[in-house]
Amino acid sequence: MTNTIESKAHPGRTARTDNWWANPLMVAVGFGVFIAYATFRTFENNYFEVDQYLSPFYSPKLAFDWWHFSPAILILWIPAGFRATCYYYRKAYYRAYFMTPPGCAVMGTSGTGYSGETKFPFILQNMHRYFFYCAALVLLVLWYDAIISFRAPDGRFTVSLLSLFMCLNCYLLSGYTFGCHAWRHLCGGAVSCFSKTEQQKAQFRIWHFVTKLNEHHQGWAWASLFSVGLTDLYIRSVAAKIIPPGVLF
Amino acid sequence: MRKAKLKVYRGTADAGEFKDYEVQVEEGMVVLDAIHAIQAKDSPDLAVRWNCKAAKCGSCSAEVNGMPSLMCKTRMDRFEEGEEIRVAPIKTFPIIKDLVTDVSWNYEVNKKIKGFSPAPDDKEWIIHQEDIDRVQEFRKCIECFLCQNVCHVLRDHDRKDAFMGPRFLVRTAGLEMHPKDTANRMQYLKDEGHIGMCNITKCCTEVCPEDIHITDNAIIPLKERVVDEFYDPLGKVIKKIMGTDKKGW
Repeated sequence: MTNTIESKAHPGRTARTDNWWANPLMVAVGFGVFIAYATFRTFENNYFEVDQYLSPFYSPKLAFDWWHFSPAILILWIPAGFRATCYYYRKAYYRAYFMTPPGCAVMGTSGTGYSGETKFPFILQNMHRYFFYCAALVLLVLWYDAIISFRAPDGRFTVSLLSLFMCLNCYLLSGYTFGCHAWRHLCGGAVSCFSKTEQQKAQFRIWHFVTKLNEHHQGWAWASLFSVGLTDLYIRSVAAKIIPPGVLF
Repeated sequence: MRKAKLKVYRGTADAGEFKDYEVQVEEGMVVLDAIHAIQAKDSPDLAVRWNCKAAKCGSCSAEVNGMPSLMCKTRMDRFEEGEEIRVAPIKTFPIIKDLVTDVSWNYEVNKKIKGFSPAPDDKEWIIHQEDIDRVQEFRKCIECFLCQNVCHVLRDHDRKDAFMGPRFLVRTAGLEMHPKDTANRMQYLKDEGHIGMCNITKCCTEVCPEDIHITDNAIIPLKERVVDEFYDPLGKVIKKIMGTDKKGW
């Protein structure tokens, strides 16, 4: 079969006339800002805890005598790995950073050397479900942090804007984590029959719910990315005494 | 009544050029109507493959202003007055003449997929709707091959030697998720269809005229089934202990 890549009917990288470059550009900038901020906060190793509030970047707080670096390093590989292997983020960064392809019907990289996710390192994307298991555990801890943030250091019940923000962050992270494609498969997608046994019927109901979440996985992914960064920024600002936690009562 | 300016590719892959035409735009007109008008008035030898003019036969695939689409589903009133409309054949397959390409490679790929395989002694053929919903979505495919055309693995990297493409991943998903099917196509998907080549950038979904969620509902679930079989040792052990067989009734 003739390779038509150099055909006269398709000169140049694309004949598209719309602003196809806008989306990958926004993704590249959005990710870039978050990665720069998260890297700074990981190595800052300061202002991550104040009173009953603990930053999601440093939770669960792991303190070991033998570890002399930022404790965030011991944790952040889990959410970072979960997001890096996430099916939505893969689409986004393959387009924005790897140019494979930058847009539909837009030639980025070319040539027959392409191997996709069949070889190292991209074959490791198949580990997404393991990152999901770990991320779900971390999410449980974040919910625990959000709930105990309603208890002041002196033991009384208190409500602050920061606590509410931590809850909102956990809600968005839950929508993202439990709308994950790997979870959609594990909870029922692997089954080819949903109607024969009671277990299959239950799996169908769970799968159906997860599918609803999964339809908006991109939205959950971005909302939770911003919320986790902003929650950390809020706690950092309170710890650095730039702003108060916003105690309501 | 306004006139539209069209640039239509005339020729073969090796020798050809875009020729200018002017067409009277009528209410409800689509690009395929404009091509027919050119055939009727200016160039009776203009080659175009078409059949139903109702977005159901999948014959009139082309690239309109660089975007893979069905000509019969691309309305002329979406273009601004005076905007040039560039019509080219689909890029991924060899041009026979003008807008007609040779898509026979696809039929060769199709032959390699193990067909529907119900158990020979199966007599119970009542299938519940929830079991067949997923498969019915895939049966909407009209084989326009726009997804094959836009897939960068085939389009830019020309890996027809290795990758089966989204259309045939959809077909395989329809078979694998069928509640009565008993065959296992995972080895084929991994080693011959090379599902790992797909980096899920979702262009196939974006161009599908039948709005099939190719990536989310077909490719990713198949990738997860391949992970079950080849990349999830922990899951294998658990399934072995629990004795769960997720295939068939």
